[in-house]
Amino acid sequence: MDDYGSESESDYTSYWRDWFISSRGNEYFCEIDEEYLTDRFNLTGLNTEVQYYQYALDLVTDVFDLDCDDEMRETIEKSARHLYGLVHARYIVTTRGLAKMLDKYKKADFGKCPRVMCNSHPLLPMGLSDVPNLKPAKLYCARCEDTYNPKSSRHASIDGAYFGTSFHNILFQVYPALIPAKSTERYVPRVYGFKVHAAAALVRWQNGVRGDMRRRLRKMEVESGFKDGEEDLEEEDEDDDEEADEEHHHLQLTEFRGGNPSLAAGGGAGPSSSGFAGDPQMGSVA
Amino acid sequence: MSTSSGTPESWISSFCSLLGHEYFAEVSEDFIEDDFNLTGLQNQVAMYKEALEMILDVEPEDDEDDEEDEDEDEEDISGDVRDGPRAGERRHHSRVASDLSVIESSAEMLYGLIHQRFICSRAGIQQMSEKYDLGHFGVCPRTNCNQTRTLPVGLSDTPGEDTVKLFCPSCLDVYVPPNSRFQTVDGAFFGRTFGALFLLTFPEYDLTRSVAETASNLVRPADEPAINGVYARNIAPGLGHGKIYEPRIYGFRVSEVARSGPRMQWLRDKPNDLSILDEALHFAGEGHSDDDDDDDQSMAVSNANSASGRSAAAARRHLAAPPHPRLQQRQRHQQNGSPMAVDAANGAESEL
Repeated sequence: MDDYGSESESDYTSYWRDWFISSRGNEYFCEIDEEYLTDRFNLTGLNTEVQYYQYALDLVTDVFDLDCDDEMRETIEKSARHLYGLVHARYIVTTRGLAKMLDKYKKADFGKCPRVMCNSHPLLPMGLSDVPNLKPAKLYCARCEDTYNPKSSRHASIDGAYFGTSFHNILFQVYPALIPAKSTERYVPRVYGFKVHAAAALVRWQNGVRGDMRRRLRKMEVESGFKDGEEDLEEEDEDDDEEADEEHHHLQLTEFRGGNPSLAAGGGAGPSSSGFAGDPQMGSVA
Repeated sequence: MSTSSGTPESWISSFCSLLGHEYFAEVSEDFIEDDFNLTGLQNQVAMYKEALEMILDVEPEDDEDDEEDEDEDEEDISGDVRDGPRAGERRHHSRVASDLSVIESSAEMLYGLIHQRFICSRAGIQQMSEKYDLGHFGVCPRTNCNQTRTLPVGLSDTPGEDTVKLFCPSCLDVYVPPNSRFQTVDGAFFGRTFGALFLLTFPEYDLTRSVAETASNLVRPADEPAINGVYARNIAPGLGHGKIYEPRIYGFRVSEVARSGPRMQWLRDKPNDLSILDEALHFAGEGHSDDDDDDDQSMAVSNANSASGRSAAAARRHLAAPPHPRLQQRQRHQQNGSPMAVDAANGAESEL
């Protein structure tokens, strides 16, 4: 997968993009290929989204030669950054873009998961919306499958649409070998060694939910991805609670199924969408 | 912040104002001076006596002239190795530089261990709640926790094992502090108990409010439903339906059956109907037990039995019932609503 990076390296020096990705606060971005930027198909629809679209595009591709005052220049500069971000969201779901982001992921350029039980697992940037100017960028941890706010305010102010809602999920569809082993390890609040009842009751219920999920997966012969064997209910802490767990299973099972009627429908979308990811021309559908 | 500590130049306050020590409360001298509170620490800390004297700003030989001693100690902290010999000469002729830095680190260790005990005492937990109100401990990094304030905790009570972590009451998880300067602070100085004890001591805290919205108004409606001894709305408010991240690709949810599908949603899940968590009630409701000592509970059970009740129905009724008697009682003694009052009666804290 590293081949893509070296093979695509063009001799052309990209001043603006070089400057952009190396400037402070833009560490999450990767460099978009010249060829990708110059293919008009990849920019479909962005001309209505970006002010001074043509000038901004010229600036990004280093062919900008308009004589204008500083104020105008500043506006175009801003547009160029916005354009770069929006193209970036489309680029990073292409084969090359994924490979570049994967390199950055492996170097933990996006930071590490703050959750103690995740043992500093590297994060991936993501958006909560594909529409620009709605939600800032967040960070996704593949180990606990949750989203976190970036530590630095410079990163927290990046538009989430510059990464999109799909990229980090597509990455693991394309590179399933990178899916980290899931762990049932967790924090249990205690007072002088004794578990706190309210929290412990919730933990028992959650363990029940997890047990149900693993049973469902086993029935469908899908690998659950937990590193600690298949015997979910035989963990040291839960032995005494098994009875109580069983009691709640039927209650919460119905609730869970009722809440997700489209679970089966989503099943069709999952595997097939990996086909999109390999397609370099596929833009994000907002 | 602290009302009980001495002059601002004391060893304790200068220790607490060091970079990275923002989470520490100022242990009151009364607490340290009570030998009972220090039980067992002699064996854990090297040069215990000297370290204790340093913390309390007591000169080993002559006890007069307190002001000057404190000034010296201030210098010791600002550069204990460089200033060591000079300060050491002045305060004690036989003490050498290496000695002083050993004592200094011993004093920090001893202070941390006392701190672990202090913040679980009534005065200490009160002081920590003031710091909590001011947002000294930071906020939860999790997106769906909406900047819930966190509490400093340790994952071990033994020093030297792990650094301080932040416990988020909204998702009941622990996180690494964002700033690396806290990675030198020992988790044992806060201990495993503090986080959970804090929530039990101050059940009236509205955990759903972030730092910005904190008004001083802690009074809650009296008919707040309670489950398992805490207010229902304070059970992991950051978890449950709508607060779980759902992976999507181009708007389509990733299926659980997919290899890259969600596997960890249970960690952020919570029943929609919290009464499911009232295990004691369910146990009774299913006819396992007849000897109910709780009025409230037996009422719900009889309801359940008469109305061909499945336990869920009974539980829902229970949810609407007035709060747990213990919680009500706590509300009445609002100003020091703390189970620590019991400890005080036992003599654990002589300063109260």
